[in-house]
Amino acid sequence: MKRTVPAALLVLSLGLTSACSDGGSDAEADSSAKGPITIWLSNNKEELAWGTAMVEAWNSQHADQKVTAQEIPAGKSSEEVIGAAITAGNAPCLIFNTAPAAVPQFQKQGGLVALDDFEGAKGYIDQRTGSAAEQYKSPDGKYYQMPWKANPVMIVYNKAIMQKAGVDSENPPLGTYAEFLDTSRKIKSSGAAQAAIYPSPTSQFFQSWFDFYPLFIAETGGKQLVEDGKAQLNSAEGQRVAEFWKTLYAEGLAPKEQYNGDSFGEGKAAMAIVGPWAIAVYSDTIKWGLKPVPTSAGKPAAETKTFSDAKNAAMYSSCQRRGTAWEVLKFATSQEQDGALLKATGQMPLRTDLTATYADFFTQKPAYRDFADQAGRTVEVPNVPNSITIWQTFRDAYSESVIFGKRPVADAFGDAAQKVDGLAGQR
Amino acid sequence: MSVRLTRGTHQHPGRRPVTALLGRHPVGLALIAPYAAFIVLVFAYPLGFAVWISFHDYFFAAPGAQVDRPFVGLENYRAVIGDPGVRQAFGNILVFLLINVPLTAVLALTLAVALNRSIRGRTFLRVAYYVPYVTASVAVVGVWLFLFSSDGLVNRVLGPLAPDPSWLVNETLAMPLIAVFVAWKQLGFFILLYLAALQTVPKELYESAAVDGATAWQRFRSVTVPAVRPATTLVVILATITGANLFTEPYLLTGGGGPNGASTSPVLLMYQRGIEQGAPDVAAAIGVLLVVGVVTVSMINRRLLERP
Repeated sequence: MKRTVPAALLVLSLGLTSACSDGGSDAEADSSAKGPITIWLSNNKEELAWGTAMVEAWNSQHADQKVTAQEIPAGKSSEEVIGAAITAGNAPCLIFNTAPAAVPQFQKQGGLVALDDFEGAKGYIDQRTGSAAEQYKSPDGKYYQMPWKANPVMIVYNKAIMQKAGVDSENPPLGTYAEFLDTSRKIKSSGAAQAAIYPSPTSQFFQSWFDFYPLFIAETGGKQLVEDGKAQLNSAEGQRVAEFWKTLYAEGLAPKEQYNGDSFGEGKAAMAIVGPWAIAVYSDTIKWGLKPVPTSAGKPAAETKTFSDAKNAAMYSSCQRRGTAWEVLKFATSQEQDGALLKATGQMPLRTDLTATYADFFTQKPAYRDFADQAGRTVEVPNVPNSITIWQTFRDAYSESVIFGKRPVADAFGDAAQKVDGLAGQR
Repeated sequence: MSVRLTRGTHQHPGRRPVTALLGRHPVGLALIAPYAAFIVLVFAYPLGFAVWISFHDYFFAAPGAQVDRPFVGLENYRAVIGDPGVRQAFGNILVFLLINVPLTAVLALTLAVALNRSIRGRTFLRVAYYVPYVTASVAVVGVWLFLFSSDGLVNRVLGPLAPDPSWLVNETLAMPLIAVFVAWKQLGFFILLYLAALQTVPKELYESAAVDGATAWQRFRSVTVPAVRPATTLVVILATITGANLFTEPYLLTGGGGPNGASTSPVLLMYQRGIEQGAPDVAAAIGVLLVVGVVTVSMINRRLLERP
């Protein structure tokens, strides 16, 4: 009897499991259906303010198609919450916080609606975002995400710390790797700051977007980590970038231990890799300057590309009133709403003519102009199968060889590239 | 003879099938039904589902999505066993258990014996040991980060004796530090178990030992330790099970299993593979191997500890 009961429970559970099958929402919902819908917004305070105003504006004109806006439920990450909502079939119609790196997984789950299904959608996206929209297409050539806004990353530096270190605080030499390292050594040896730069050294898959990847994009002139199904990380450029960071870690210019706070904001680090959100955060407390991310030979700012750190909007397959959802998506990404987003958050709408369209804003707030210029030269994460696994594979190799110096970069990156090739080739 | 007759007269032939089905106490069945349902829904079904997933090419999909989830036999297990990251995680958790479980048992028993005596501030101390157990891990981890970071309090006290690299970025020290942290955090609960067990030890045994001239150490070794053996079995098995499910500490204290994977635990890997990377089939295979490992270790522990 002692053994019969557990065995029976196991058999019962297996039976239930094998009997369960997918069913539920209509994957072929009518793309013209209209009515009230729900959308999710990021829990970022400024984005919430924009989203609330946008929804009010929509609702005032569409009494029969009311939009209800909610914050993305709390979780370890938005992607985790969205993935669970897709599986449960209770994702909202639209989520204005869809990470491009998660799109392949959401698509595989059957959780996303191809926007190409809507009349004029492809033309709308191409016209709004221009050629940059190409990198948001999925391998089947369709858009499962609306390119929405970017946070192009650049190097922000603390002028007071630079001055204390005896470096020209208005134009610190940070263009080439040699200059960057030399400046970093001065900062450290002078005691002006505990660290020259303090990117998070932890092993989460996304951390490489804020240390290796922007410099890799700049060094390669705009390559993605994976191109045409092949990993690019082990190229000569990739190794140069890795060796640059390895030097920073080996010499203690970038600490190997995570900092539990804002290292730049608290003056622990002289530099940081940030997006335009940093302007609002640091302007009251720090005199700062901006530089493009460095390259080995030093490229002019106007030629330097960087990581976009974009968050996009996407329509989810559980949505039954897709006609309304598509109209809301267009409304939220209209010129007027993009302007409101820019004004409220400082984040850059993924539009072709950003500086010209919102010339008044950039005249009033010139601090954002460098980021706006940079927004025209951004590169996204590759839209390939197993995207997150690929980034985790890369991060593990990077931690091992660059941060902790346990293996030569070429060996670790070579092994990682082989795995990435296999992962990117899977369907 | 009379007994047989009595029984025979009380067993009505019509009742036999009902009695056979529901037992002699049908009300008891009703009383255990909620817990049985809980076990089936929250434990047995997910466990069975995990086993099923581990033998299929499975991923989470939207309701109504047409997806193929073919049976793949041992493919997921082959992938897991061939993955150096998984092998490292199981090695890490073994290191953790080897430090954490004995440390927990020894400290909990020692402190329970001390707290069982009439000492000044006993109630305060009992509560003090229990506080970390009921405090949110996130808050407690914050304190330990303050203590053990490179420029933290511990390194300042140690001065030139501070380890280099520092505790949390030292591949040799990171997992042992987590093991000590978890032992400290959970100590209050295990002390309570031992305190309860100590109440059942007859005082006469100590008096008798004292009369025989036994020292305090001899009384502890020959009376206390054998008398609380069932509690020790429970402590060791519970510490093994909770320790094998380690997640929060490497996730928060060492930034996701760092440095360089030295504190990655199997459950952290399950989270990464299953939730972040969308491979619940691989995560399920890791989970099944972990369950098998924990059950095996627990059974060995039980055999060893319950042996007279």
